[in-house]
Amino acid sequence: MGNREDYQHQQIAEWSPRELTLRQRVSKDFRINWQLYVMFLFPVIYYVIFRYIPMFGNILAFRKYNPGGSIFGQGPLTLKYFKQFITAKPFWQAFSNTLILNGLYLLFRFPLTLIFALLLNEIRNLHWKKFVQTVSYLPHFISMVIVCGMLKELLSTHGPINDLIFKLGGEKISFISLAEWFRTIFVASGIWQSLGWGTILYLAAMSGINPSLYEAATVDGASHFQQVIHVTIPGILPTIATLLILDIGGLVGSGGAFEKVYLLYSPLTYETSDIVSTYVFRMGVESGSINFATAVGLFEGLINLVLLTCANFVSRKVAKTSLW
Amino acid sequence: MSIIDNTSGQIHVHNPKNKIKESTGYKVFTVVNTIIMIIISFLTLYPFLYLVSQSFSSEQAIIAGHTGLIPEGFNIDTYIYVITRNPIKPLPQLFPKLAIPEFIVYYINTVIYTLIGTVLSLFFSSILAYPLSKTNLKVNKFFSPFIIFTMYFGGGLIANYVLILRLGLKNSMWGFILPMLISTYYVILMRSFFMSIPKDLEEAGEIDGLNKWGVFWFIARPLSTPIIATMTLFYAVMYWNNWFNAKLYLQDKVKWPVAYFLQTIIRGAGASDPDAQNMTANIKSCAMVLTVLPIICVYPFIQKYYVQGMMLGGVKE
Repeated sequence: MGNREDYQHQQIAEWSPRELTLRQRVSKDFRINWQLYVMFLFPVIYYVIFRYIPMFGNILAFRKYNPGGSIFGQGPLTLKYFKQFITAKPFWQAFSNTLILNGLYLLFRFPLTLIFALLLNEIRNLHWKKFVQTVSYLPHFISMVIVCGMLKELLSTHGPINDLIFKLGGEKISFISLAEWFRTIFVASGIWQSLGWGTILYLAAMSGINPSLYEAATVDGASHFQQVIHVTIPGILPTIATLLILDIGGLVGSGGAFEKVYLLYSPLTYETSDIVSTYVFRMGVESGSINFATAVGLFEGLINLVLLTCANFVSRKVAKTSLW
Repeated sequence: MSIIDNTSGQIHVHNPKNKIKESTGYKVFTVVNTIIMIIISFLTLYPFLYLVSQSFSSEQAIIAGHTGLIPEGFNIDTYIYVITRNPIKPLPQLFPKLAIPEFIVYYINTVIYTLIGTVLSLFFSSILAYPLSKTNLKVNKFFSPFIIFTMYFGGGLIANYVLILRLGLKNSMWGFILPMLISTYYVILMRSFFMSIPKDLEEAGEIDGLNKWGVFWFIARPLSTPIIATMTLFYAVMYWNNWFNAKLYLQDKVKWPVAYFLQTIIRGAGASDPDAQNMTANIKSCAMVLTVLPIICVYPFIQKYYVQGMMLGGVKE
């Protein structure tokens, strides 16, 4: 407690008499709050075991793992596994697919969600509004297994989409086994799943806009559309920025993409569908190359962290809002 | 004034522009907007309706290319087939003679995992979120970043997989539940809610002789119905829908949850069940409808809570 200001600050915060030593203060705090510390006990142990041990388990990217041996590997540290995947073609294919799929998805989903939220906000009939909202939230709660099962039925050669194509005089397409269709299916189904749910935070932000701003705009003769541009959108800008940071930070991550890609892809479509996390799964769990897969996963995780930090920094500077 | 209507969970803005006579342009917009909303609602519901229609249609109709929303060759035989096919022995040691159709076994497993998992998740998430919400607690300067950091960086698939194998949780219910027991994001949502509980009420409780657990249980918890309802839904949906942990850690068919069974029949090729290759579209549809039904029946009724709950997460402190 060498810092005088620090000391005074603590005094105010704790109301502790000047003569108490650090030790006395700690024991006093413990007497008051020990029950809260007991609450922390189990969850913190849980975080250590199930979150932090695996985090340090990433050392398997640098040390050999023997089945049944230590989960932190053994032997000297090596960059062998990094060199292996950096030169592996399937890895770079998976890496660029991850970027392309996430990028395309963001590019389409982000503006569509925003527009949908603005349109929802214009509905005056509250029962109708509630109905549309309830319906549009539904896909968010559905298991990815069922989403992909439905997709396969809808897109199969006997399904309604091919039926429509056929009736319009086109050729039937086996969408699921064609690499050139994968991105379209991925993005379109993603929008179907997230469109409604994505509006919740926007609608919340819109409800927080001061109504006097709309009144002022009306007095100034702003049309309805102008009010949206000059009042509503500026009012939800911090929300837009926060959501955009999260999305950009997740560009390299697998997020929800893993399950969907895993359930929809096949060796036929790897060239457009294989992403880093499915590659990690195939190499690590299915082929047993634990070290190699850990190295790939760690690389992805680190890039993700860097990207999120950068996006957060930019957002703090530009939009004056940030995650931390 | 903008308000949040607690009875419907709707966020609506009372808009002064209503008072002004609406222009023709705005009337046209309203019509177009309504049409867009009808299209979106229809497209959202269409896959479900199609699934239901297929599940009641006959196999021949589907092969012949029936793709409408009204079942053709209406029958409930497929449902009966799905819930009676392929009996397996769930508890060979205890009841060697007991054989239950596999779909029922998977469904019961899912119910058990969801119930146990949700109760444990709720309890442990709230006893983490509650002390984290106490801003005057010194240790939170360390614990908050300690917890939140795990949202942005983690062990990844392989390290987690190796850990679960090493803990000997493979092929046990705990291997399915423990990896997702506490969701950091949900803890943050709960913490935001607990922070909004008036301090005076909690202090009054302490003066009346409650200890910290008592305050948590008898004061904070009853005031937290919205967030607890939200978390119950979110956690229950998470356990109900999970198939991946089952794929990684549950080998015995008698332990599978229904979502994983669906995965094996939907993926078809390479499925561990040889029958899976022969699953026709109407059988798959039946299984999917039966699995998704409880969620569809529950989520609209909790809407007012989860809309509120999600909003809290969006409010930065």
